[in-house]
Amino acid sequence: MIAGISIYEILTVTSILFFIGVYGFITRKNLISILMSIELILNASVINFVVINKYLYPDMLQGVFFSIFIIAVAAAETALAVSIIINLYRQIASVEVKDTEIMKY
Amino acid sequence: MDFTYVILIPLIPLAAFLLLGIFNQKIKPAVSGYIGVAGLSASAALSFYTAYQYFFVGGKVDGVYQTFVEKTTWMNFTDTLAIDMGILIDPISVMMLIVVSIVSLMVHIYSRGYMKGDDGYTRFFAFLGLFSFSMFGLVLATNLFQIYIFWELVGVSSYLLIGYYYTKTSAVAAAKKAFIVTRFADLGFLIGILIIGYYTGTYDFETLNNPEGSAILSWSSTSFMGLSFLTWALILIFMGGAGKSAMFPLHIWLPDAMEGPTPVSALIHAATMVVAGVYLVARLFPMYYFIEDGFALNIVAYVGGFSSLFAAIIAITQTDIKRVLAFSTMSQLGYMMMALGVSGYDGHEGVGYMASMFHLFTHAMFKALLFLGAGSVIHAVHSNYLKDMGGLRKYMPITNITFLIAALAIAGVFPLSGFWSKDEILVAAFEHNKLLYFVGVFVAGLTAFYMFRLYFGIFWGKDTQYKHVPHESPISMTLPLMLLAFISIVGGFIPFSELITADRAGFEAHLNIPLAIVATVVGLTGIGLAYVFYKKENDLADRFANAFGPFYKWASNKFYFDEIYMFVTKKIIFKRIAWPIAFFDKKYVDGTMEGIGNKTVVISEKIKGMQSGKVQDYAFGFIAGVVVLAMVFIYLWTN
Amino acid sequence: MDILSLFVIVPVLTILILGFTKGLKQARIVSMVGSIIQLGMSINLIFAYFKERKINEEIMVFTKDYVWFEQFNIHYAIGVDGISVALLLLTSIVVLAGVFISWKTDDLPKEFFISLLVLSTGVYGFFISIDLFTMFVFYEIAVIPMYLLIGIWGSGPKEYSAMKLTLMLMGASAVLLVGVLGIYFNSNADGGALTFNILEIAQVNIPFEAQKLFFPLTFIGFAVLGALFPFHTWSPDGHASAPTAVSMLHAGVLMKLGGYGVFRVAMFLLPAGAMHWDWFFIILAATGVIYGAFGALKQTDLKYINAYSSVSHLGMVLFALLMLNKTAWNGALMQSLSHGFMTALFFALIGMIYGRTHTRDITKLGGLLKVIPFISAIYVIAGLASLGLPGFSGFVAEMNIFVGAFQNEGMFYRIATILSVSAIVVTAVYILRVVGIMLMGQVKNKEYLELQDATWYETTGILLLLIPIIGMGVAPLWLSDMLLESIQPFIQGVL
Repeated sequence: MIAGISIYEILTVTSILFFIGVYGFITRKNLISILMSIELILNASVINFVVINKYLYPDMLQGVFFSIFIIAVAAAETALAVSIIINLYRQIASVEVKDTEIMKY
Repeated sequence: MDFTYVILIPLIPLAAFLLLGIFNQKIKPAVSGYIGVAGLSASAALSFYTAYQYFFVGGKVDGVYQTFVEKTTWMNFTDTLAIDMGILIDPISVMMLIVVSIVSLMVHIYSRGYMKGDDGYTRFFAFLGLFSFSMFGLVLATNLFQIYIFWELVGVSSYLLIGYYYTKTSAVAAAKKAFIVTRFADLGFLIGILIIGYYTGTYDFETLNNPEGSAILSWSSTSFMGLSFLTWALILIFMGGAGKSAMFPLHIWLPDAMEGPTPVSALIHAATMVVAGVYLVARLFPMYYFIEDGFALNIVAYVGGFSSLFAAIIAITQTDIKRVLAFSTMSQLGYMMMALGVSGYDGHEGVGYMASMFHLFTHAMFKALLFLGAGSVIHAVHSNYLKDMGGLRKYMPITNITFLIAALAIAGVFPLSGFWSKDEILVAAFEHNKLLYFVGVFVAGLTAFYMFRLYFGIFWGKDTQYKHVPHESPISMTLPLMLLAFISIVGGFIPFSELITADRAGFEAHLNIPLAIVATVVGLTGIGLAYVFYKKENDLADRFANAFGPFYKWASNKFYFDEIYMFVTKKIIFKRIAWPIAFFDKKYVDGTMEGIGNKTVVISEKIKGMQSGKVQDYAFGFIAGVVVLAMVFIYLWTN
Repeated sequence: MDILSLFVIVPVLTILILGFTKGLKQARIVSMVGSIIQLGMSINLIFAYFKERKINEEIMVFTKDYVWFEQFNIHYAIGVDGISVALLLLTSIVVLAGVFISWKTDDLPKEFFISLLVLSTGVYGFFISIDLFTMFVFYEIAVIPMYLLIGIWGSGPKEYSAMKLTLMLMGASAVLLVGVLGIYFNSNADGGALTFNILEIAQVNIPFEAQKLFFPLTFIGFAVLGALFPFHTWSPDGHASAPTAVSMLHAGVLMKLGGYGVFRVAMFLLPAGAMHWDWFFIILAATGVIYGAFGALKQTDLKYINAYSSVSHLGMVLFALLMLNKTAWNGALMQSLSHGFMTALFFALIGMIYGRTHTRDITKLGGLLKVIPFISAIYVIAGLASLGLPGFSGFVAEMNIFVGAFQNEGMFYRIATILSVSAIVVTAVYILRVVGIMLMGQVKNKEYLELQDATWYETTGILLLLIPIIGMGVAPLWLSDMLLESIQPFIQGVL
């Protein structure tokens, strides 16, 4: 609980963060940028978990636990995604989304 | 009386059929001939024994011949309706046993000579066995369904035997035609059976034929288009009978059926199978007579009368000797039908029924004889056509004499068997229907004429020069001829009126002298005319034919009935029904199903662009959806 | 281990063992042994059934019930009556004959036999289930391998045919699933739990509105497999492309699932719906009878002729089922059996002729009686059986159908019946046409003079199928009585 700052302000910030992530995810053409946008989305939700836990249910810890889970999963996921991207780069020498359409119908 | 042993009569030929059919390749031809003859001899002996037992020992109670039935259930339809299999012994079935076994035995013996050296010798005897089995089964049937079963089986035996020379296209076509035409007729028979089964609740002849039974008494309780359902059923059953017995207009298969080997024509298409229709009507005679005052029976009479006239006219013009005989058969069958049609029931009233059965018997003998004689001639000159024959009396004395006897018998010359039976028919017609009587007399004259045209054409007439000098057939062929000739001579003296009558009681038959004289005079006139025309080679006949002009041409083309049927089947059924259906199936039914599949593909082609493969597009759609939904929900909640 | 589950377990075991075999020789021996065991079991089952029937008055005997999926009350419930016993026998005979006919499958033999046996497993399972859901599952198991069997081992436009067949049958089973679920969700109409068990549902009075809605779905769902006009077009193409044994199994057994399903599910559970809709489906079925017969008249490919004749014959089955009386139902079931044997025999013979001459076009064949007399003679016999000659199974079945159909008063039924009866004439025409053109006459192609007649395995296959045809035809009493007895509770349930 941070004095002087209400839950609404923090949630506003995380919402902005989330939608920046979404915007980035939809509009970026570069796979790495897309990955970074996903991270933004995840982080926004992590903050939400922690904040809601702290402000609404101060005597419980599930939210905090869950945020740790998400961080772990995000790390693993990033590692996986990056390795896929590197492999892709080796194959087609590009990390642009438009170049990865060869499997399309 | 215990007649259980009668079951052996059909079973022995069946055993012969199975034996010869299964071990077809392994049995030597000579042996298979003996097996066939031995089997039929046993059946014939049993038939004679049965006849003796029935007619002279134990068949009568209080002067009335009884019906003996042994049966077992074959299949249940409902709790009350079932098909039974069994044997029924009554005067007509016993008489038919005699007819079938004599002719079949003769044909078996004859075939040993006639078919000698043929590839399918064993197959031939196997089929003969199958036919004999089916025919005996038909004769002994205890109920409508059993008779229908064996009816179909004789049909298929006939099919197999007509198509015996299966490499000959015409034989194959004839076999197919015979089967399909009779099958079409059997459709009527079957529907008739269904109607009878439904409205009377039984198929048993005994129950159906009982004049005091519910089947006959309750005929008026139902009606359909102005007639009782049972009358319709009887008309339809007669349709089946007409198909088998080659009545107009279902006769077209019989002349073509002559493509089969001649012994087969003698057995199936002259003496036994074709009389099945007559037998069927006789079998159901009380029903025909009592229901709706014999409405159906009148139809039988007129169809029979017309067929006999129609066929006799065509017979005069044919040049293939077997076809002459085939049309003659048709004509004589018409005679029998007519006799049944004009018959009454009690005592002397039932003379038509008796005459019909009598004629059936005598006709079977002399017509089989004629066919076998014709076979003997064909065997000698290797042709079916009158133009290739002539003067054969010098080469084939036995055939000549026996053929003459048969021809005299069918022409109704005293005292041969045909005289007596034909006379009774004319008596019956005279007493009940004058129109049919005149038809009958006229046909008798025509019969005598065409038969002696045939006789003179084959054995007298021009002296043809033969490439191979014809010779008399072997004893295996002439022996049956002589035996049948003997029966044809004496057959008329069997006291039929005491043995076989509609009411089973028997009556005294007297020769109706004036009618007999009229018939004899007409018959002799026919013979005389034939003598003038054909005894010596001359052009009288041709001039006479020319005088008739187009009518002669029509008749020699069988009034174009084959062409009409051909038109209906080829042009209408194949072209106008089957072909459009096949087309419709491919184009529309299948096309619709196909269309559903193809349309699916087309639509998916159109909308597959939505599946861009880019996660970002999907995510955009997803998020846009979420946003829209969220807005909707918020809007709904706040209101 | 109960006697019925073995019917599913033995083929599954056979399939497992087949997985370890190598080459054609091992595969066919294993399949043959498995199928013979199966045949032995079904013969044994008949005797066991008769024995059990004497002391057991239940509709179904040898019942077993295992909970499979508790939440939706799905059970693995099995049981048989005279009808399923007879159909099991049919299946085992046709499968064994099919194995014999495929004796020389060179191409991927192991996989071929495995698919064949998977198919048969589905069929066996279908016939023993009395739980709608289990039944449906087995139905799908039976249908799916068809795709592989036709698509891989077929001939001609095989991918197209396989796809068409599978899609149409799948479409039908989607409709069927809706019907089945409809029945399920109405099975508590009288209170109590929802159930898939056929016998329990039969006790419930499903509301008329629901029956009216779900009967057509269930009926069509099953009847497509029974080649109901106008949903029959998968059958000619499918048969034409399928390898011999598959055609046999398909026409001989799989198509029977349709009639059986209609009888067990649509008619039994939704009788009011059946009475409401009968006129409509009678028109379709009677049309199918005539239409199939005329359709066959014009074809020149042997398999097409036979496929259309199946449409006609199975139309007769559906027609009889719709007549709603004991005799007609008995006829329908006998027709199912009879058609199963007959058509399997036909396809086997066609396969043999095709294997020798490499053509199925009757106009190119001729005079075969001279060169391959045994096969040709059997073809004639099969033809005669198919056109309903007494002494063969087709006759007894058809007569039951006609007599039964004729029990219904009313002009509509009468006319439909008479139209269907008249199909027997057309049947005679197309059968004799084939016999006349193909078997009789002169040999058209000199090469055919060298052809060999049937080998031992072919003869065995033929005899396996021929014996029941003749047996049923000559002595129908025991079979018809067994079926009648089993139909009794059903007909009582309906009326």
